[in-house]
Order: sequence, then structure tokens, then C-alpha cells
Amino acid sequence: MQIDFGVPEHIVGIDLGTTNSLVAFMDLTGPRIVPGADGDKLVPSVVSIQPNGDIVVGNPARELLLTQPERTVYSVKRLMGRGLADVQEELKLFPFHIAPGSDSVIQLQLGQRTFTPPEISAFVLRQLKQNAEAYFGAPVPKAVITVPAYFNDAQRQATKDAGRIAGLEVLRLVNEPTAASLAYGLDKRKNGIVAVYDFGGGTFDISILKLQDGIFEVLATNGDTHLGGDDIDNLLLRIALEDVASEWGFDLSTDNEGIQRLRRAVIEAKERLSFVPQTNIELEYRGKKYGRELNLELFDKLIKPIVDRTLGPCRDCIKDAGVKIEQIDEVVMVGGSTRIPLVLSAVENLFRVKPHTELNPDEVVALGAAVQAAILSGAVEDKLLLDVTPLSLGIETMGGVVSKLIHRNSTIPASATEGFTTGVDGQRNVLIHVVQGERELVKDCRSLARFDLKDIDPMPAGLARIEVRFLIDANGILNVTARDQRTGKEHSVDVKPSYGLTDEQVETMIRESIEKADQDFNDRQIREARVEADTILAAVEKARRHDAYFDLSEEERAAIDKAVNELLLVYHSGNLDLIRAKIDQVNQVTLKLAENMMNTAVRGALKGSKI
Amino acid sequence: MIDYFEIFGIPRRLSLSVDDLQQRYYRLSRELHPDRCMNKPAAEQQRALDMSSALNDARRTLQDPIQRANYLLSLEGFDIGEQKSKDVPPELLEEVFELNMALEEMRGGDDSARPQLEQAEANFAKMMGDVDAQLRSLFEKYDAAPERETLSEIRGVLNRRKYIQNLLSEVQSELTPTT
Repeated sequence: MQIDFGVPEHIVGIDLGTTNSLVAFMDLTGPRIVPGADGDKLVPSVVSIQPNGDIVVGNPARELLLTQPERTVYSVKRLMGRGLADVQEELKLFPFHIAPGSDSVIQLQLGQRTFTPPEISAFVLRQLKQNAEAYFGAPVPKAVITVPAYFNDAQRQATKDAGRIAGLEVLRLVNEPTAASLAYGLDKRKNGIVAVYDFGGGTFDISILKLQDGIFEVLATNGDTHLGGDDIDNLLLRIALEDVASEWGFDLSTDNEGIQRLRRAVIEAKERLSFVPQTNIELEYRGKKYGRELNLELFDKLIKPIVDRTLGPCRDCIKDAGVKIEQIDEVVMVGGSTRIPLVLSAVENLFRVKPHTELNPDEVVALGAAVQAAILSGAVEDKLLLDVTPLSLGIETMGGVVSKLIHRNSTIPASATEGFTTGVDGQRNVLIHVVQGERELVKDCRSLARFDLKDIDPMPAGLARIEVRFLIDANGILNVTARDQRTGKEHSVDVKPSYGLTDEQVETMIRESIEKADQDFNDRQIREARVEADTILAAVEKARRHDAYFDLSEEERAAIDKAVNELLLVYHSGNLDLIRAKIDQVNQVTLKLAENMMNTAVRGALKGSKI
Repeated sequence: MIDYFEIFGIPRRLSLSVDDLQQRYYRLSRELHPDRCMNKPAAEQQRALDMSSALNDARRTLQDPIQRANYLLSLEGFDIGEQKSKDVPPELLEEVFELNMALEEMRGGDDSARPQLEQAEANFAKMMGDVDAQLRSLFEKYDAAPERETLSEIRGVLNRRKYIQNLLSEVQSELTPTT
């Protein structure tokens, strides 16, 4: 469905966060966040699957986390592009279950149905898309989506898949810290070196950029995709659980609702400690009360090891960027966890500058994504992002050793070409195992995919010459092409991603979601038409008591009755065109009535009397 | 083979101004980066991707003097594949022998070899400095009068440099505790 509304297309920027997600756009005044129907700018990244199949997203889903934890998913970003073995630790704390058959992609069991993490994320994205469409009154088909800078290929691909499943054309994946630097508009102030410290709900990134005349060049990036505010929550939660176990005499961790309520309580206490020096963790549940005093001093002591874990990557990043700490002019704080006083002081101590905190750390990434969307649309011409790949890319060679082809912190797009041949006479295919990581051995790196060069003409060993090009695109995603050097022909490459959905699986999900989205879109329009019908019917009923109504002729009044009755008849039909036609009809036959009422009002006003 | 020097419109030289290279790089990026071509047809977008990846690869190679020299050698038809022979440069034989003994001791948990390794680290670091100075003058020599003979000499020094570099990182990784 492609409708030309005669207005410039809106490309939105989306921050798909661990805890909250936001959608933003750029207008003449700058980037702005699009609020949801409830007026809230933050859409909690929580999805609940109802027994009747309804999908609940955002704030209402966050409430369902308390009452229906086993069918409600939060922090799914931590599972994106991951294998089952990677996430054993976090799964212990999640109330939902993993379905059998979760080998290369995790399957979440929610009620009777199973969903992959990209499908869950797609529900959040679809909600943001709808919020933007309601705001603009026009379709929003394209988006820029942000990802943690330290996301690997599989995690990026999973995010892109989520966008496609949600019916969005993902124009670009942008690294969150880089996006944040765009939002801060630091380029206006000066050319210089900027560090972006991004400590969010589930991930930590540090990026160091060089700014010059509108060019934002990332020199180096580092981070931990499993380090965030969640870890602080879990730490406090464990302590509170132990307290409860000793005070109440039973283990609350087996009680899904109880644990989610306690989780909420520790999060609220944590957040309060960013503003006050002392607070209480409080829970009232099943007639029992739990309370523990928590002051900033103890809190700092508890979370120090977590905060310290961000400092190692910072030092490595500074080293990789080839700069000295003194050369860093500005530090920008991003992510909700940077509100924590200890985080602020740790960063200030390390970089020896007062960090920027002017922009809301929850919003800055989405705002930057909107700026990048404007760059891509051509609306902003003076800025350009030059980002890097966070991890080295290599292939497996003899003895399980990695041969690095593209080094970490290489500016993307980046490419490398490698020649392959056969090892035995008549060999028909060559298997290439691609990995990501900094270690020497394949087993210590992250397996990305296996590429099979197939249908090689049979010939003696070593004669085949196949040139394989590894290209990391501007999204940080690997593309592989192969060419037979003897014939010059493109060689087919069969891709088996190690963690993630195959293209076919994504296609199927897109087909299902488009059918669903069409249905959703239709439902939404019908709901809107009914709201309009309600308004006009109420107005007519009110008008029936007005003097002007009695000035109408018998026929005119009969026509109104007829039109109103017909609208009532089709009201529940589910036929959008019919409802719209009948609304128009009521409008038509009440035109004169409306005019008369207006005239009476004007006459009344002229006489100075109150209408 | 794409000529990286040609992409930047600069002569095939071994010494160059990194600042100038950066300014050229930024100017070309503004033209070629995929972000600049999102509204263009698919074929042009693909071309932008190819061009900008070549530009990035070219910049990465040329901004580092060692990579630049290796690249120029390969352009001029020298085989610069990974140094295959494990042969120790003769003048380093004795040093490497003692170093290996010390490394063995360290790995065996004997910390008494530490001062010796620290001494070796300092030696190798100094050697690197000497090699780099030697390279700089050879670069100037080649740029003034591009002779194959000079390139061949440079290749020899590059191999030696790589050997010392490997020794140095081996010593350093042994000296810094793994975290």
C-alpha cells in the first residue's frame, strides 16, 4: 500500500533500548521525541502476550509484568543475536521460559505461543511506528534504529530483522554513542576530541570521536554488551531476596509475581538515590511487609564493582583511539544509569573533565537517531558520521587459529579480500568459517557464520581460485561475495548464520506480520471512524434540543433521522467504507441545521445575551 | 588492483603528510559515503558502498608508514606476504637465545627472570627506534630517487622490524599480568 500524501516522507529515528524505547524526528527547529498516545515519551520495552492473542506493549505491559510475569517479556535486548549458552545466567532471573528447540535462535515460550527475540522487539518497534503514524497522520515506512556500539554482527542483524518484521525499512543502524554525539551538537562549539560514555539498562559503550567541521569520526569504541543498570537491579534484588527469605521465612524467588514486585521496589529505590542520600526498599505483598533502609554510602559500596567494570573499556578505548586523556575536550553522558552519582564521579575522575549532562540521558540517543535520519534524507548536509567496527573480523585457519581480515576500530564500510582454493582433487566446495573477536583461537571468538562456496568445477587440488570479499557495511553488518578468478563469474555463497534467523525465517515472519499489520491498520481506522461517529451522533442529539432544530422542515428532520439510523446500523459492521459513507451522509443532511445554529449563536452574541 | 595513491590523487611516495591525507579523506568521504547516496538508485548506492570501503581501506593503509611501505612494495611487484621463514636475523641470534630461556623461566612461574626480560624489552624498544629512523631515511632516499634497489633494502628492514616487533610484544605480554 503506497499512498502519496504530497508531504515529505518522515524518516524517524528509533532508540530500541533495553528498558525503554523512543521514536524521534527532525523538523526545522531540531530533533524532537514523538510522544505515545498516553503522552509518555518513553515506551517501556516490555511486551505481554495475552491469552486471546492480543499483544500489549509499553506502559500497560509494564503493569502486566507484575500480574502476568510468565507471559510478559522485558529486557529482550539482552537476548538479541545470542545463543542459549550465552544467556544462561540472565535466564535464571527472567520469569519467562525458553521453548525447546532453541538451538541457534532462542525461542521464548509465552502462553501457547513461541517468539524469537527479534519478534518481541518488532512488537516494540511496531508500537513506536504507530505512535509516529498517529502523530504525523501519515505512514512511516522508514527508520534509523540505534544499537550499542559494541554489538556484534549477529546482534545487529537481529535488530535489523526486528525492524523488517515490524514493517520498517531500516535505512541504517547507528551506534548509540555516535548518535548521542550528533544530538549534542558539539560540532557547533568546536573541533576537538569527544568521549561518549553510554551506560544504559543492559549495555555499556564508550566511544571516542574526533570532530572537525561537521565530520564526526569515531576513532575507537569499546564496551560490554552485558553490563548495565539491570546488573545493579539484580544485585539489589539478590540482597532483598535474602532479607525476605530470612524475615518472612520463605523464598520469594520462586514466586513470579512476588519477585517482579520486589524488582520494581529495588529499581524505584535505586532511582530515588540519584536525588536523595537515603531511601527505603519497600514491599507489601500478600499481607506481609518488607522494608530496608538504603543510603548512598552503602549503595555506592555495593555498586562500585559494577561501575569499575566500565572503566577498563574506557582506558582501552582511549589507548586504541591513539589519544591521551588530556586531549579529550568533552565527555558526554548517555543512558539512564549515568544519573547515578557514583557513575558521574567515576567518569569525571577518569577523564578529568566535567561531563555533559544537559540533555536528558534517556532521550539523547533517539534525538541523535533523528538527526542521522535527516542526514540520510538529505535534509542535513553539513554533518557526516564516520563510524567503526567494534570487533575484529577473521576466518578460521588450520588448527583453529584465527586469521584476522578486518581489525577492530576500522572505519566502515571496510573490506578485505582473501583467495581460497581446494585442498583435494575434485573438491566441489569450500567451507569458510567467519568469526568476530580479538582472541587468537577460534574457540575464544564469536562464531558469526559459515559460508559455503559451492559448485566448484572439479579439478586438481590447489587449482581453483576463488576470491572472497568480506565487506562490513555502514551498518556494521558483514556481506560476503565470492568470485571465481578463472571465469570472473560471481560465485554462489550459502550462508549459515551461527546465531540468528535465516533469511527465509525472516521472510516468513515479515509475511505474517504484514498480514497482521494490514489487519491492525484496518482495525485502527475502524476504531477511529467509530470515534468520529460517536462525536457526530452526540452533536446531533444535542442539536435536537436546540431552537434551530424546530425551524427545520418536516422532511429535513426526517432525513436526519434516516441518516442517523443508517449510521447506527452500520456502526458495528466492521466495514470501514460503509461507516465513513454514513458519517458523510449525516454531515450532509445536518448542514442546514448547523448553519441555523451558528446564525442563532451570532444573533445571540449581537444581542449581548448568553447563549 | 585499486591504486590507493590514485584514490587520494597523491603521488606514489613513501613519505606523506598525515594531516593532508586526513583533509583529503574527509573531503572524499563527504562525496562517497553511503549516507550521501540514500536517495539514489540501488546501483549507485552499491557503487557508493564499494567506493567508500575502498576509500576507508586506502586511508587505513596509507596513514600508517609501515602499512604504506608494504603496500607500495606490493604495488611495485614485491612479494610482501607474511614473513614465512622463522630464521632469526644473524645479529640477533644470541639475544633471542637468551630471551627464550628467560621467557621459559617466566612461564614456569620463576619471577627472577623479570629483570632480564625488562632489560630485553628496553633493548628491543631501542632497536625499534633505530629501525624506524633507518626506514625514515630510506623513505626519503626513495622519494628523491625511486630505485628498486632502495625498495629491496626497505623490504629487508621491514622484515627485521617485524621480527623485532614480534619479540617485543612477546616480552610485553609476558611482563603484563593478564587480567
